[in-house]
Amino acid sequence: MLTFGTGNKAVATAVRDAKPVVVAAYPITPQTEIVEEIANFVNDGSLDARYIPVESEHSSMAACIGAAATGVRTFTATSSHGLVYMCEMLHMSAGARLPIVMANANRSIGPGWNIGAEHTDSLSMRDTGWLQVYVSSVQEAYDATLMAFRIAEHTDVLLPVMINLDGFVLTHITQTFETVEPGDFIPPVATPHAIDIENPGGYGTLTPGDTHFTFRRDIERGMQASIPVIVETEAEFARRFGREYHLYDEYRTDDADVIIIAMGTLGKEMEVAVDILREEGVRAGAVRMRWFRPFITPDLDGKDVVVIDRDYSFGFGGIVANELQAKCGCEPFSVIAGLGGQEVTYDDIAEFVRIRKPGTEYWFGVND
Amino acid sequence: MYEIRLHSRGGQGGVTAAKLIAYAAFLDGKYATATPLYGAERRGAPVVSFIRIDDEPVRVYSQIRNPDLVIVLDESIMELVDVLKGIHPDGEVLINSQKGTTVEGHRTYPVDLTGISLSLDLVLAGNPILNTPLIGAIAKLGIISQESAKQVIAETFRDERNVDAALRAYEELKI
Repeated sequence: MLTFGTGNKAVATAVRDAKPVVVAAYPITPQTEIVEEIANFVNDGSLDARYIPVESEHSSMAACIGAAATGVRTFTATSSHGLVYMCEMLHMSAGARLPIVMANANRSIGPGWNIGAEHTDSLSMRDTGWLQVYVSSVQEAYDATLMAFRIAEHTDVLLPVMINLDGFVLTHITQTFETVEPGDFIPPVATPHAIDIENPGGYGTLTPGDTHFTFRRDIERGMQASIPVIVETEAEFARRFGREYHLYDEYRTDDADVIIIAMGTLGKEMEVAVDILREEGVRAGAVRMRWFRPFITPDLDGKDVVVIDRDYSFGFGGIVANELQAKCGCEPFSVIAGLGGQEVTYDDIAEFVRIRKPGTEYWFGVND
Repeated sequence: MYEIRLHSRGGQGGVTAAKLIAYAAFLDGKYATATPLYGAERRGAPVVSFIRIDDEPVRVYSQIRNPDLVIVLDESIMELVDVLKGIHPDGEVLINSQKGTTVEGHRTYPVDLTGISLSLDLVLAGNPILNTPLIGAIAKLGIISQESAKQVIAETFRDERNVDAALRAYEELKI
């Protein structure tokens, strides 16, 4: 069904359509509309779920962990300070191999107090064992949320998935999106280690080093196994519902000499910058990275690379730029832009390409 | 792509108005986006919303810098904010005005949205409702169809006086 709504509404609608059994909720700007809309769906009977209002984000993830351990589908949403507050439980959920799905409205972390879009919140959760996908439209927010359940719950993966959408820029924009009837696109959850009262077992017991080590390696195996599962899920989604997604989005890259890389909504806006540069005779292309974990790198051999990071790792640099450099051996022009919801336009992005100096870092809008 | 910048004061319903106009464009079969610009919201402060309407999916998320249409819901804002900043050379201006205010250099459509609402006693929490007459005015400018304007109002507002308000604005706006 074709409908019209915000990015938050799209996520909540996808959750309704994926039919989780437990939703734990704690509000935080700018994701509050997600848990409010889900509460409406539970209230009007369109979603038959146990809705647990909790006292904090640490508790919302703990409630999801408890529910997911019994083998049911779970969902929660958060943002910024809420995400970092639940950090301990993020490690716990991935470590326990529980396929929880969560939406994160990417928002800056204070102080200085700021509620604008920034990716540092989710990127600082890099090593928790969560899969992370970044979306760039209201439609993609809906589609990626549906696919997240299928990917997380796949028995080759059994890892939690975080859908990231730019705070305000995408959570609060209103656009067209089409809903689908997922049917058996999302099969019933079949968590092999779900708590079973007929076959009691121990959970959370002390794990000696050698066993712990094996569990850690198994998380990495699940992470690597997620790549073919994502590919297969996206292909099946396209076959059933007609919308195509890929590990990363390419725009006019075929004969490109210079590639712009970004995640989230800037990764969509930069397509317009590519069109402008092409008219100037610059053979530019764009790659919008969708998956940050697992980290899936495009082929950048022989290309000039401009990376826009809406994030920063103090003492190191732009997070995406540095991870790309480590994986691809390229020397990107690292642009730090859009932090705290800073306005970045397609004209600004085109200018980043014009002024690029490979191997250097550039803070957009900072005069010193 | 047709771009609209809407200036209002916090509490006047500008953010909702932007969503309703975009929704009407969606019903017309267009791709539309409505974007509120969030800052330190407070009742009475100048706020801005953006609407983009296109035949293709909209790829742009940044603020509108060169609007084709500027809507001013409270003309006293024009003393505080340069509402014409960056307006397209052929850009037009729609001003909610009880005194027929116009601007130099751009085609201006003054329309008394406040007066229309007050005459119908369409008042919410002490403020006249400006959304629904505005939708009528936008339909008159041909940006959205009459049918979609009616459907948006019917779906969003129960009180039938809202339809009357839209029709009045449609009739009163001179093009």
